[in-house]
Amino acid sequence: MVKGIQSIAFEQSPYLISSASVVGKKEGEGPLGKMFDMVEEEDLFGENTWEEAESAMQKEACLLAIGKAHLAPEDIRYLFGGDLLRQGVATSLGVEELGIPMFGLFGACSTSGEALALASMSVAAGYGEYMLAVTSSHFGSAEKEFRFPLGYANQRPLSAQWTVTGSGAFLVGKKRSHVRITGVTVGKIVDYGLKDSQNMGACMAPAACDTIIRNLKDFDRVPEDYNRIITGDLGYVGQSILFDLMRGKEYDIKKNHMDCGMTIFDQQLQDTHAGGSGCGCAATTLSAYILPKLERGEWQRVLFVPTGALMSTVSYNEGASVPGIAHGIVLEHC
Amino acid sequence: MDKKKQQQAYENYVKQKTPVHNLPANMAKAFVVGGIICTIGQAILNYCEKMGLSKDISGSWTSMLLVLLSVVLTGFGIYPQIAKWGGAGALVPITGFANSVAAPAIEYKKEGQVMGIGCKIFTIAGPVILYGIFTSWVLGLGYWILKISGIV
Repeated sequence: MVKGIQSIAFEQSPYLISSASVVGKKEGEGPLGKMFDMVEEEDLFGENTWEEAESAMQKEACLLAIGKAHLAPEDIRYLFGGDLLRQGVATSLGVEELGIPMFGLFGACSTSGEALALASMSVAAGYGEYMLAVTSSHFGSAEKEFRFPLGYANQRPLSAQWTVTGSGAFLVGKKRSHVRITGVTVGKIVDYGLKDSQNMGACMAPAACDTIIRNLKDFDRVPEDYNRIITGDLGYVGQSILFDLMRGKEYDIKKNHMDCGMTIFDQQLQDTHAGGSGCGCAATTLSAYILPKLERGEWQRVLFVPTGALMSTVSYNEGASVPGIAHGIVLEHC
Repeated sequence: MDKKKQQQAYENYVKQKTPVHNLPANMAKAFVVGGIICTIGQAILNYCEKMGLSKDISGSWTSMLLVLLSVVLTGFGIYPQIAKWGGAGALVPITGFANSVAAPAIEYKKEGQVMGIGCKIFTIAGPVILYGIFTSWVLGLGYWILKISGIV
């Protein structure tokens, strides 16, 4: 089961049974608009605050994912969830009504990978039949926390990314489906000393490079063994840097790399600068776009590598750098 | 030392890979937007003086009306769009300051009148207020010293 230095290859691979994606208006207007399970026109989701809206999205995504498998919340053993907000409140207040024993996580935008890794490890280890992995982000709550109130008039740099308003939930378990999680490469924190929080792609690219190469080495694979190597939200700037970093280590992933942040928005029409970001970016793209291709057999094997920028508003103000982390999930059609 | 060199090298590399806004274009747009706002201000000032108000009162009316305009445009979400195009042209005039106070007031209303609006309304404008007043004091001190030493 233990594979190489940082990975796990499951002897009995858990199945990714079902998933759900709930997004906001801008995402619904993007290239993947029609693929999401639910598009909410009002970014407040009928609630009073951005935080409550994000919680509502998480709850909805969980219920949809559980419902698609014809199960009820009582059937889920453990829930692994997280978000970008202080103390993970969107998750806590979002899933509390489901009554599922839960682990609150923080991996910044890599949380979907972290949650999927832990959920699949729990199933494979025999700790339960069904596990739920969920994460979310919301443009309003994230901007308020990390940058400025929405009404503030400022110019965003071209390297800045647009936080996705969205939540993705994934049901992992022993019940047969057409997608298996066959392996996991747990990422370590990689810091190249960059302090620019408005250029997250550049901050996270080294971590993505590190985890991807570690995955290839641990599993004794080459990039071509994957139909796609998919990063979460490196964006246009981060992707370019990733290619250079990988080439420096003699790996070429240009032909089969894909980035959720570049896919979820139309850069020209939606004015999203370097691309989408946030925990919800990778999660909703995985659910709405990537998993259907795996289910159909259009793709046989992909490496899903969401990346996170591990900073807080305090650490940034105090002059700390912005380190990155990336978790690799190997998904296969079966 | 080696790690620091590596980090510096990476920072330099990222700098050349990261696209930035076109500076001349931005400067031109800022000039246009800032100019328009100031022209509106001048128009108000001229009108007040024409109506017979003193220079001081006219100036006060100008500031008040520009602030009101900015707050209303912020409330309707229009001012951020002006700044997106005009950049510093929208931030530097008093309208930018008004926006920086109005925006948190709107956003933090959900956290209550005291802990929300009360504590956080000056979250963006705070440095302007603090260092503006501090700078005035420093200049005042300098002026006083020059006065008592007979230079001024």
